[in-house]
Amino acid sequence: MHRREAPLRPNGGAAIRLAHVRKHYPGAAQAAVGDLSLDVPEGEVVVLVGPSGCGKTTVLKMVNRLVEPTAGEIHVLGEDVRSVAAPVLRRRIGYVIQQIGLFPHRTVEANVATVPRLLGWDRRRIRDRVAELVELVGLDPALLQRYPSELSGGQQQRVGVARALAADPPILLMDEPYSAVDPIVRARLQDELLALQRRLHKTIVLVTHDVDEAIKLGDRVAILNVGGVLAQYAPPAELLRAPADDFVAAFLGSERGLKLLSLVTVGQVASIEGPVVDGDVTPGEAAAVMRRFGVDWVGVRAGGRLVGWVADRDLDGRRRVADAPAQPFNAALRPDTTLREALDVLINSRTRVAVLVDDDHRYLGMLTVDQIAEGLR
Amino acid sequence: MTIAHDVVEWFTDPEQWEGTFGIPHRTFEHVQISAVSLLAAFALAVPVGVTLGHLRRGGGTAAVIANIGRAVPSFGVLVLMIQFFGIGAGPTFVALVLLAVPPMLTNAYVGVAGVPDGVRDAARGMGLTPWQVLWRVELPVASPVLMAGVRTAAVTVVATASLAAVVAWGGLGRFVVDGIAQRDEAQTFGGAILIAALAMVTELFLAGIQRLVVPAPLRSRTGSVRRAARAAQPELRPADQAPGRDRGQGP
Repeated sequence: MHRREAPLRPNGGAAIRLAHVRKHYPGAAQAAVGDLSLDVPEGEVVVLVGPSGCGKTTVLKMVNRLVEPTAGEIHVLGEDVRSVAAPVLRRRIGYVIQQIGLFPHRTVEANVATVPRLLGWDRRRIRDRVAELVELVGLDPALLQRYPSELSGGQQQRVGVARALAADPPILLMDEPYSAVDPIVRARLQDELLALQRRLHKTIVLVTHDVDEAIKLGDRVAILNVGGVLAQYAPPAELLRAPADDFVAAFLGSERGLKLLSLVTVGQVASIEGPVVDGDVTPGEAAAVMRRFGVDWVGVRAGGRLVGWVADRDLDGRRRVADAPAQPFNAALRPDTTLREALDVLINSRTRVAVLVDDDHRYLGMLTVDQIAEGLR
Repeated sequence: MTIAHDVVEWFTDPEQWEGTFGIPHRTFEHVQISAVSLLAAFALAVPVGVTLGHLRRGGGTAAVIANIGRAVPSFGVLVLMIQFFGIGAGPTFVALVLLAVPPMLTNAYVGVAGVPDGVRDAARGMGLTPWQVLWRVELPVASPVLMAGVRTAAVTVVATASLAAVVAWGGLGRFVVDGIAQRDEAQTFGGAILIAALAMVTELFLAGIQRLVVPAPLRSRTGSVRRAARAAQPELRPADQAPGRDRGQGP
């Protein structure tokens, strides 16, 4: 018999794999989670989102065995979660919860050191690691000797994240981590998580009921309906472009196009060349380009860079376009700018176009509202 | 001649300070029966209360036991127990244990069951074993409430141990009972003063123990008093706990 080459990981890149998982709480009329299969790719942020009663927290807690499934299998990094003792499994998986759950009788330092101590690290290693983590999550080291009750909500949340990351687990589970803090702090903590993730590349499963949070944080979003039914599982842009059914569409809300603006970048949209000429062409040639685009101005290029734009009326009597005074464009967009920012630039620009340049300021093209609308389809 | 003068005279009589009928020996007896009863009650009540609290089950049972215990009159138990143990230390011991169990059981249960869900979930989720959750998280967090129960029980037991004298045993109650029988008011009052003093010393002693047992940030008379005081008057916090919320790098 021909043997296929063994893959590096038996689960083919999925850090967490749920196969036909079911959870029926004793005495409940309906299953909390009914036959859920889901792969969480390694190094990605997967957000579980849905209305209350959709079993999203139950799903999360089954991964670290705080809840045992009624049926089905869960593999973490290729290993059946039931093959190791629950406490051993949990020490390999970071866990952050809504109530944060810091130990009130321990200092911040001791809280962060919880898992390394359980793993029996020596003191020096623990101390070094705590110092590293405090820097990583942006805490003032002076807070290390404080007790949790002396910290603000945002500081407590950072300590919670530091504690979860203490033993450098490859997987992080986050259960509504930001629902207890006010919106301003929440937005900042979300940004910090994204920045952290760019450095750490953990596999993160995050549960929330906030669809905007899901869209902002998730590389992929799993939308769950009541009873743990997976309604759609896709990258956020795909969800917004093509919701699988009415439930998903309703859950995402009526402003799908607007939400998509923050997700799609300028580089993903086809730009147009635009009314642009080299500086040494004659006003006649420039006028032809303007006519072609139906505008009364023209962009002026010099050596691959865009110098600015010149109005039709300023070209009278000039020998070359470059002799006319060029006005600067409001702002230049980079390929990684979101369409949302691009639209803002467009609205504020007199010429109703946004200029696209690369990192070396070389001209790439222009965007108008038409291109943005096209990009949202 | 005033009663106060008589009491002072009673206390200063050198005879009172010697032998098996003297104050030191009676005090020793009193402490002895109180301590033994308390230890026995602790051994009975705390493991049960902590277990029920850990499992968060049987809260109703614990409350029922506590209420029955409170409703039963110690004196009645004492008289009843004479039927089983005869006179002496036996019936007193049983009565005192029954008296000490309810506050210890209730507070052990309430303290452990009252550990916030988030703290318990986080502890389990971090990978603490059930024993580690109990010893490293639940018991320390519950300790102020648990210790409050122990103190209540101890003071009540020390005061009630005076009843031992009624069933022909020793202790400081001897002075009160004998004083009444002999119409010796000085002896009765002297005994009463000694009992009250011993109860206060017990309270102070256990306050010291509590300081040793309860982790610093949870330390105060009882958890609930502290929480109430904090909520109502944050400016009354001890100096070492000045409002940390506004300090350091805020979010």
